[in-house]
Amino acid sequence: MKTKQLGRLANEYRAVIILIVFTVTLGVINPRFLHVGNVTNVLNQTSINALLAAGLTIVILTGGIDISVGSILAFTGATAAILMSHDVNVVLVVLLALLIGVVAGGFNGLFISRWNLQPMIVTLATLSIFRGATYLITNGSPVSVRSSLFRTIGGGKIFGVVPVPVVIMIVLFAVGHYVLTRTPFGRHIYAVGGNEEAAFLSGVSVTKTKLKAYVLSGALAAIAGLILTSRLASAQPLAGQGYELDAIAAAVIGGTSLKGGQGRILFTIIGALIIGMLNNALNLMDVSSYYQTVIKGLVILAAVLLDARSK
Amino acid sequence: MGEVILEMKGIVKSFPGVLALNGAGLHVRRGEVTALLGENGAGKSTLMKILTGVYKKDSGQILYEGNEVEFSNSRQASEAGIAIIHQELNLIPHLRIYENVFLGRELTKSGGLDIKAMVERTRELLGRINVQLDPTREVKGLSIAMQQMVEIAKALSLNAKVIVMDEPTDTLPEEEVNSLFGIVEELKKQEKGIVYITHRLGEVFRICDRATVLRDGELVAELPVGELDYDGLVRMMVGRQLTEQFPYTESRVDGEVVLRVSHLSNEFVHDVSFDLKRGQVLGISGLAGAGRTELAKTIYGALPVDSGSVEVLGKRVSITSPTAAIRHGIFYVSEDRKGDGLVLSLDVKSNITLSGLRKITRHGSLDLRAENLICTAYKADLQIRTPSLTQLVRNLSGGNQQKIALAKGLMSDPQVLILDEPTRGIDVGAKKEIYTLINALKESGKAILLISSEMPEILGLSDHILVMHEGRVRGQFARGDATQEKIMATIV
Repeated sequence: MKTKQLGRLANEYRAVIILIVFTVTLGVINPRFLHVGNVTNVLNQTSINALLAAGLTIVILTGGIDISVGSILAFTGATAAILMSHDVNVVLVVLLALLIGVVAGGFNGLFISRWNLQPMIVTLATLSIFRGATYLITNGSPVSVRSSLFRTIGGGKIFGVVPVPVVIMIVLFAVGHYVLTRTPFGRHIYAVGGNEEAAFLSGVSVTKTKLKAYVLSGALAAIAGLILTSRLASAQPLAGQGYELDAIAAAVIGGTSLKGGQGRILFTIIGALIIGMLNNALNLMDVSSYYQTVIKGLVILAAVLLDARSK
Repeated sequence: MGEVILEMKGIVKSFPGVLALNGAGLHVRRGEVTALLGENGAGKSTLMKILTGVYKKDSGQILYEGNEVEFSNSRQASEAGIAIIHQELNLIPHLRIYENVFLGRELTKSGGLDIKAMVERTRELLGRINVQLDPTREVKGLSIAMQQMVEIAKALSLNAKVIVMDEPTDTLPEEEVNSLFGIVEELKKQEKGIVYITHRLGEVFRICDRATVLRDGELVAELPVGELDYDGLVRMMVGRQLTEQFPYTESRVDGEVVLRVSHLSNEFVHDVSFDLKRGQVLGISGLAGAGRTELAKTIYGALPVDSGSVEVLGKRVSITSPTAAIRHGIFYVSEDRKGDGLVLSLDVKSNITLSGLRKITRHGSLDLRAENLICTAYKADLQIRTPSLTQLVRNLSGGNQQKIALAKGLMSDPQVLILDEPTRGIDVGAKKEIYTLINALKESGKAILLISSEMPEILGLSDHILVMHEGRVRGQFARGDATQEKIMATIV
């Protein structure tokens, strides 16, 4: 019986195990991988995807999906850049960007929760809408950001060592974990995803729960948008394109079930780290980016297979 | 007749943390019906899953037609002639009857489907069980009884020699039960061996030749029905004497009207009115499809109201969602605990607290210690059997799941509890526990609306009975006046 229990424990924490195995293997293959500079680099690169993945985890937990996050990221980044180019106060810009993320998420949430439309279709539509809006306001060209204050969001370091995006990522994941495990809203999310009808008959407001989930996804995409714009010191019209796939991959590798009702946000960060490390390692090994795309796809497939077989 | 066609001996099967079967078994004879009985959790379902290849046994023997067999999947079992008709029917609604019967084993001729042959064969099979159905019609819209007939035809098309029927009468209205029994007699004449799983002990004496009793995963008895009596059977299943089937307590004289429904109407119910008093059990009887669940869901805000009103404690209320209903002190315990009663993927404590999170929330966050205390109390009070509060609800037996659904309702502090088929699919012992609970709730002043298809249950527990048919209240009976015949007469 003991081996069986160990086996089940290992399965539950398999994301962590994979991460450890990965780290050790890569460290052995290429010691450069474990240098502080590189580790910080990986964490930094991962932060954007991790934040998108966090939002996606919440949404997937309710049984839905949000593929518009890449476009929301771009739109909020572009708006921020444009506002700053008109000398709007940086703090105000950040708040406005967050607001836009909230409204965008709310827009998604309204169609999905109140009018019961399919999340895939709704967010597919808003993916286009927000991307188009981004082209419109940027006129199809990048918008530079000169504010050095703003650039600390993506480029600054706390105590000169820890990058700001990493801190943001850790703080938000901690908050997310708390909300999902220690608040009524968190219970509602798992209930709605686990059995929507039962949640409804139990008095949970399914509409409100789903709406809040998409609002959170939008807000997190906005934060990711601010970080990316800050790091690049410019807003790109094509920013975030395809990011939704990596985000979903991170959530799934972390064990979140696409059916809904199952998954832990802390494992999503592990999933994001695995993808980030994979990207980093492949880069260090000079693997062509075409191969990288194939490899990443295979990894995601393997993760989903493992997940399915573990049931 | 009487020759043993299937024998299961000394079957042992364990799952992580639980020994499900420890020396279980049974014999099936040609042309005979063997009842497979036992409380929930006794192992009946596990034993059948091993037989049909869904699970693999740890040890033991299965002898089929004299040979030792082991099926690795359900296809092998059905190809060998062992068919199982599940509680949840496995038909595809938008396909036709013959398409369902031949699903996955379509007859072909020169590369295309031989529809004529399939239709003819289906017609023949249905004829064998005296069922008049057009093989070319869609399954959608067929009554449950008819759907079961199609499943039986399917089993026959597989040349099944052993047919396992899992709770076949559970969702059948009274009059259809007799047709089913007619079919079972037909199958007996055709020398099929039938395993009949049921919780309705009365049926065992009506239709079965032998009874096999499992208890805690072990084979306790295999006896001809002639040598048994009801109490004896119960004792074997439960291991102890069960006195008094339906504990009844007088309703409190304090007759304050807690819930008043007046001329309630919508798509499913028409002009329904009644009063529900504190400390009273109001039974709602009727056939499946009479609109009882719809009435309950309408009162509960899960279905819209077209006209009419609902008053709680004398005040007219507009309940447009279960959230609002709960706020007004009404709670509905669903008839379908797996479907919309519980969240199977969550654990016991999360399910129990789902409608009462308010009670364990301090400053916006959940007090996990309070949650544990409350759930432990409910676990003790309702005698919920679970290894721990963090056990996933899907792993528990039906009776315990039902108690968890009830606990959830109780935690919402309702004044009115609507119980929809609270003992469906539950064993005798757990049923008694739930009846005792219902009485305790009644004594503590709760008002209870009891929807049930089991006549003895309604007659035994209710102070007052409403009879519904096609969305309307057709009759009312006070406790002393009601009998099964009178109720049936109201419907006809």
